[in-house]
Amino acid sequence: MNNSKDKNKIKLEYSIISNDFKRAGETSSNIKSILKKVGIDNKVIRKVAIVTYEAEMNIVIHSYGGNIKLMVEGNNIIINAYDKGPGIEDISLAMKEGYSTATDEVRELGFGAGMGLPNIKKCSDYFKIESSTEGTRLLIKISF
Amino acid sequence: MKLREIQNILGAEVITGEDFLNKDIQSAFGSDLMSDVLTLVDEKAILLTGLNNPQIIRTAEIIDLFAIILVRGKTPEEDLIKLAEEKKVTLMTTNHTLYTASGLLYSNGLRGVKLDE
Ligand SMILES: Nc1ncnc2c1ncn2[C@@H]1O[C@H](COP(=O)(O)OP(=O)(O)OP(=O)(O)O)[C@@H](O)[C@H]1O
Ligand SMILES: [Mg+2]
Repeated sequence: MNNSKDKNKIKLEYSIISNDFKRAGETSSNIKSILKKVGIDNKVIRKVAIVTYEAEMNIVIHSYGGNIKLMVEGNNIIINAYDKGPGIEDISLAMKEGYSTATDEVRELGFGAGMGLPNIKKCSDYFKIESSTEGTRLLIKISF
Repeated sequence: MKLREIQNILGAEVITGEDFLNKDIQSAFGSDLMSDVLTLVDEKAILLTGLNNPQIIRTAEIIDLFAIILVRGKTPEEDLIKLAEEKKVTLMTTNHTLYTASGLLYSNGLRGVKLDE
């Protein structure tokens, strides 16, 4: 089996449903096991798993639903997470550690530390966030 | 410290992952906030938590936590137990509170996790 060839064939896309806490996390879990199979380094997989999980939970919790796409290009894992709104009013505030608009209900499930976006940024080699009332889009690259 | 010792110190009941009690644990963390847990860089770590829902198993899976200890005698629902079995995460429950359980493990030599930076 030629691993590098297999890696470059990876193109994944998942739709993430708003408020679906039963399935929340399955996308990142699936991505993790696929990357493991093609032999990507554990440290890299861990970063990708954290990024996709935080992005997935943000779409479930804060948006009307969206998608996560992942592909491998050369030595980069490229992750696109986007949703259908309502968007983030103040991005620089949202990027601050500890800032969260999570409801009490969501906090009871263990979310709402306001650490998700800062975590994503920390794990990324490249990170871009765009948001309007039409939706929020994250572009992340993680190199290996 | 072996998971089995942790179980003994806490007088914990093992719910899933009985087969992994010989695993060596390096450090521990206590939190009820999943994003907080995801900042951990340690390997071979366990989590003590008062949270009792399937997302704790998802979080454990993401960063390969060795075990989750539910504090204050919390008993998990069937969906949580099923997910823990599927993901091969050891799940235990102790009657001690988060504070006491952490103190017991710490005084027996299990250190806290290192944090990123
Ligand atoms: N996809 C999104 N759509 C709309 N708002 C979002 C989205 N992602 C994040 N936000 C806003 O940015 C805030 C900060 O997000 P972040 O992920 O850092 O923290 P959190 O989700 O509130 O808590 P945590 O991730 O620690 O569980 C959120 O509380 C929410 O207001
Ligand atoms: Mg979040």
